[in-house]
Amino acid sequence: MDNDFITGKLKTRFIDDILLVDESSDMLTVVVPGKVIHEVIRFLKENESLGFTFLTTLCGIHYPDQELQLGVVYHLHCFSSNTHIRIKTFLPLENPLISTISDLFSAANWMERETYDFFGIIFEGHPNLKRILNVEYLDYFPMRKEYPLEDPTREDKDDSFFGR
Amino acid sequence: MKAPNYIKVDPPEGYTSPGIFATSFDKVVGLARKNSIWPLPFATSCCGIEFMATMGAHYDLGRFGAERLSFSPRQADLLMVMGTIAKKMAPVVQQVYIQMAEPRWVIAVGACAASGGIFDTYSVLQGIDRIVPVDVYVPGCPPRPEQIIDGFIKVQELVGKESLRRRYSKEYKDLLESYGIK
Repeated sequence: MDNDFITGKLKTRFIDDILLVDESSDMLTVVVPGKVIHEVIRFLKENESLGFTFLTTLCGIHYPDQELQLGVVYHLHCFSSNTHIRIKTFLPLENPLISTISDLFSAANWMERETYDFFGIIFEGHPNLKRILNVEYLDYFPMRKEYPLEDPTREDKDDSFFGR
Repeated sequence: MKAPNYIKVDPPEGYTSPGIFATSFDKVVGLARKNSIWPLPFATSCCGIEFMATMGAHYDLGRFGAERLSFSPRQADLLMVMGTIAKKMAPVVQQVYIQMAEPRWVIAVGACAASGGIFDTYSVLQGIDRIVPVDVYVPGCPPRPEQIIDGFIKVQELVGKESLRRRYSKEYKDLLESYGIK
């Protein structure tokens, strides 16, 4: 299955929603808007000629210099033709809502909780969206690039150990 | 002639007579306790691996009486926290400490247990002395087995010299109160 075939199928089905197709890296990368992500991934999974039935990973990213700062990156894999594909969506920082794909892939359940824990991206329709790796009382999203490298708001650091 | 491969432990001060040795009770109890400490190895990361080497035949912590490790806090004397403790793990360490019976000691092995170590971050507890009272700190990242044994010997010195009434004293109760342990 080559990139043109996949891109062709996607563009036929989602005419305006394929914002960017990038073939420069090791796998085909497609950027779609956040509101159609569930349809796009469902199409890639259930279409017989495509058959991307394995969600390799799902994670978030924060680019503070972009207009839509928070991103979610999905990696899908087709076992029968050994093809990878990367799907990216970008969400605004003030309202990072996106549909969950845990009804399509059970693995997405854990990974969406982790993305929420570190970036604050809200997955609508997720059965149990709460913090998974950090402590429950943590009141910020650690992987966002809003803090300087040394966080000055932390209360638990002991400056005497660091010679300050 | 080859040097003997054992060290004779000196008896505490006391009065000797044929068949009789009279000394103070806490010296004898201290001697017995310090040479039979049962540690609980709370090994989390790399320092745990160094502890495994310490318990092996080459460095042999069993020489000092710590042959019988206990993973149940109810049967352990010494809580050896070896490795990075995340903030999510902190209440667990405190619960394990609470479940230990008196007298109990805590040794913090390695930089992460002593102060958070190299992990100056949002998820790592910056030292277990924020949650449990610690008796001995062993610095190192990771400390060599010789250092861990050195820390263990320091714990032995503390155990041997401890007064039998210390655990009922007001200072000890206040110490536990300050950690939120009842």
